[in-house]
Amino acid sequence: MSIVPAPILRFYHRMASPPHFYSFTDKLLPWLIAIFLLLLAYGLYAGLYLAPTDYQQGDSYRIIYLHVPAAWMSLFIYVIMAMAGAISLIWRMKIAEVVMISSAPIGASFTFVALVTGSLWGKPMWGTWWVWDARLTSELILLFLYLGVISLYGAIEDKRTAARAVAILALVGVVNIPIIHYSVQWWNTLHQGPTVSKMDKPSIHVDMLIPLLVMAVAFKFYYAIAMLQTAKVEILKREQNTQWVKKLLEAKT
Amino acid sequence: MTPVRRQRLILILLMVAGVGTAATFALNSFNDNLMYFFSTTEVAEGQAPKEAKFRLGGMVVEGSISRPNDGIMVRFDLTDFSKVVTVEYTGILPDLFREGQGIVANGRLNKGGVFVAEEVLAKHDENYMPPEVADSLKKPAQQAKMGK
Amino acid sequence: MNSFDEFLAMGGYGFYVWTAYGIGFVVLVMNVVLPLIQRKQFLRELALKQKRVKK
Repeated sequence: MSIVPAPILRFYHRMASPPHFYSFTDKLLPWLIAIFLLLLAYGLYAGLYLAPTDYQQGDSYRIIYLHVPAAWMSLFIYVIMAMAGAISLIWRMKIAEVVMISSAPIGASFTFVALVTGSLWGKPMWGTWWVWDARLTSELILLFLYLGVISLYGAIEDKRTAARAVAILALVGVVNIPIIHYSVQWWNTLHQGPTVSKMDKPSIHVDMLIPLLVMAVAFKFYYAIAMLQTAKVEILKREQNTQWVKKLLEAKT
Repeated sequence: MTPVRRQRLILILLMVAGVGTAATFALNSFNDNLMYFFSTTEVAEGQAPKEAKFRLGGMVVEGSISRPNDGIMVRFDLTDFSKVVTVEYTGILPDLFREGQGIVANGRLNKGGVFVAEEVLAKHDENYMPPEVADSLKKPAQQAKMGK
Repeated sequence: MNSFDEFLAMGGYGFYVWTAYGIGFVVLVMNVVLPLIQRKQFLRELALKQKRVKK
């Protein structure tokens, strides 16, 4: 049990307690917001203005700076959600349940943004808003998985039981993640193959790549901000009858 | 880790592995349906449907685009660098349609083996670069794309 | 302001590019603002409930 250094273990145990998690979040948020806004400002400036025009797609390719990071986030958040689900199933940890369920709406939003921006990019370039190829279809299934998680959680009255059911659904859906990622390689699709994660060097010019990576990091911070905001509401609702929430209320009024 | 927790962990791993195996089998058996288009070789070898509509993908052969009858009908050849299929299409072409570009056409074969398209979609590659860089490369790498 | 007009035009793809970014912006802002509103609302309701209990 002592492979993990003591301070990290202590931090982990403190974070498992809702009041500590709540107050720690309050201290962390301003920093996260500051870093996010800086990264976002630079990413947008570099992506929409500094980056050169593409040789084939002209300026329409600039949708990539929203589309690709959003698509990456839709997969990343799902994996986090499923991992939190596994932790909550094995250790019955309340905060893991909260992280899991608070991630779902943000993941759904990123999936929605990836689909809509892809459509707006596909119309001028491919000549169609939508096709039922393997990549687009599996990403749409991901959106339904997120919506399923959200509505299943809402449908079950007892939130701890609900979290258990949702965790299982999230873990079953994990199978879709490699399908989305490899769909463009396993089957022929209208969607093009991977650009950045190719094993040899990425086939994107470095001036175009940097804003893409900046936006991807910015979105990670955004996810942390939005997830923690949602988690605070969820914690308050679950803990409304506890002493620390009552104290919090008295301090405010 | 307590025995109960270890048991739960093993259960979860089994569940994920089970779903994964089931999905692999399902995807394998539906493999053909998940292919978005037929290649020109498959069409030339007669593997594509004869009567029904299907999608055909390939690269537009350089110098093959012509407009016979001086009309709006476009005729061009598609290739996968092995077999060539001629396509005829009447309608608006997407912005990216050009020689050497990958496209996907939806339509059916006529009696003469010409593919009559009702819709033409452009398939762009995964390369992004400014025009100056593209000029200096003069697309040697592009030929490698659109295989299969 | 010619270059700014060019920037907005996005080489003729302005409609697609700006619609994409507009929708993305709205969705991302909503994700942060909605929980803020929900929290305020919930805390207000909770405070009311506690007042009633004390009486």
